[in-house]
Amino acid sequence: MEEDINTLPHKANLEIYAETLQRLAEKDRGIIAVTSDSRGSGKLVLFGKKFPEQIVEVGIAEQNLVGVAAGLASCGKKVFATSPACFLTARALEQIKNDVAYSNNAVNIVGISAGVSYGALGTTHHSLHDYAVLRAINNMTVVAPADNYETEKAIELAAAIDTPVYLRFGKKQMPYLKEVSKEEIFEFGKGRIITEGNDAVIIACGETVYPALEAALLLKEEQISATVISMHTIKPLDTDLLAKVANKCSVVLTVEEHSIYGGLGEACASYLLENRIYKPFKIVGIPDEYTVTGSQQEIFNHYGISKKGIADEVRKLLSSEYITGK
Amino acid sequence: MTNKELKQKSIAYRKKILRYIVNAKAGHTGGSLSCIDILNVLYNEVMHVSPENFSSPDRDRYIQSKGHCVEALFVVLADKGFFLEEDLNTLCQYKSHYIGHPTRKVNGVEQNTGALGHGLPIATGTAIAAKLDNKDFKVFTLLGDGEMPEGSNWEAALSAAQYKLDNLCAIVDKNGLQITAATKDVCSTDPLDKKWEAFGWAVKEVDGNDVGALKEVLSSLPFEEGKPSVVIAHTTKGKGISYMENQLKWHHGVPSPEEFNQAMNELDESALLVH
Repeated sequence: MEEDINTLPHKANLEIYAETLQRLAEKDRGIIAVTSDSRGSGKLVLFGKKFPEQIVEVGIAEQNLVGVAAGLASCGKKVFATSPACFLTARALEQIKNDVAYSNNAVNIVGISAGVSYGALGTTHHSLHDYAVLRAINNMTVVAPADNYETEKAIELAAAIDTPVYLRFGKKQMPYLKEVSKEEIFEFGKGRIITEGNDAVIIACGETVYPALEAALLLKEEQISATVISMHTIKPLDTDLLAKVANKCSVVLTVEEHSIYGGLGEACASYLLENRIYKPFKIVGIPDEYTVTGSQQEIFNHYGISKKGIADEVRKLLSSEYITGK
Repeated sequence: MTNKELKQKSIAYRKKILRYIVNAKAGHTGGSLSCIDILNVLYNEVMHVSPENFSSPDRDRYIQSKGHCVEALFVVLADKGFFLEEDLNTLCQYKSHYIGHPTRKVNGVEQNTGALGHGLPIATGTAIAAKLDNKDFKVFTLLGDGEMPEGSNWEAALSAAQYKLDNLCAIVDKNGLQITAATKDVCSTDPLDKKWEAFGWAVKEVDGNDVGALKEVLSSLPFEEGKPSVVIAHTTKGKGISYMENQLKWHHGVPSPEEFNQAMNELDESALLVH
């Protein structure tokens, strides 16, 4: 089954976001998209044409975007405040903290073109801080869906619940990670086991889950078996699953399209340490530097967020010097 | 309510503001005293909001952007019956819900505020929701002149005009002072009326400590069909207490027992002169 995942249809998660929102909006006039001149990059042009009454445009004004979204949500609207993640979660952070999370206005904050999706546009357009800052805000769920299935389910859930959610999407076409069984239930705060093994556990989120899975398939050829988790909800973290897989495997590796500070890796590390689960551990992400120039894939390759890079780190962790602590 | 009754109400509110600030040993005295007449008129004459209809989607909304002057809001909400006034004895104390800024933990408070420049964007979104739902409730937000340099205000001012929000009313409590110095010497936003007009709002100016004038202005909304309304309310920081008026130190000064007694005496005397 794992070999077949590439043959399944796939789109960019952003497109699934827009399609799902349209489907929901047809039945629910309370669904409102708020955009900051970003309906094009958010794939919401068609949404705006079909539901002109359900899109609010504030122009390039992220603070106002979030404040307006909070006001709409306070009147019972199911709001999806959509803007490039880099601006939304930095420029409007205080509005996210106060108007949304603190006031418990159930706004869905949708960060688009996240991480290094904008590649060569550079640091101003990269969001490598958003998990860190939003994790530190009480009452905020932080979600980075990996594939189209997770995206569709995440949007449906976000529209249904009455607490704030941050949803993060990139621009890349995302292959399905695995076939979805009829019994599978998608929940925020519950990670998905993509493939199972006993030597290493690779925990990833968003667009980095696929290279994690590719790395696991590569390692399998070398008789190294790895568990791959799509930890789509960075907060609240699925600590039950984390403890279970970490206890089972020899080493733990995390992968994220984010600074190595304050994201998925640090969330996992602090849980494992506090609960005395001591395993060789590595965070793969963007180090404390302004990223090299290049496409998203080139940046991924540069920092080892790739099939090869992840596999290399797993081999290193499994080598005797790490295991014995020499 | 007659103007005389409204004036007496303002005096009673001022006494309570001072009493609870002294009890809490904290508070924003000057600004609460400058804006209390505005809240008095809004809650007693203009807005359709009460403990009975507070869960109704049709109620009028009030969002206090200048959240630091929460004492003014709390004494009015208590007076309207949103909670027992004696609860305010816990103002700013350990584990009290009555903290130094508006919080939804307190019945009657619409939005958590305190950081400046937030009220107008939220009010704008609320007014858009009313339009979308064809509801005729009004949305009011109170801004301080000291918070006008926050860019988020002007972002929201643009959106409110774009969406023709004639169900939205912003009131600027223009008392001319902020924590550091006179507002004109910190970052002047004058001429404020021209700025609002240029942003597409209908503007009226009023003596913000004159309840009769406030009642008249706030009863004539919207000032222009298809435009959001803004009231520039010229007020006096520390209004009603001789030694506090226009004095910077009373931004968040707490009166000593002697000062408190003098303030109460002055307010009692002014109550005798109300006509």
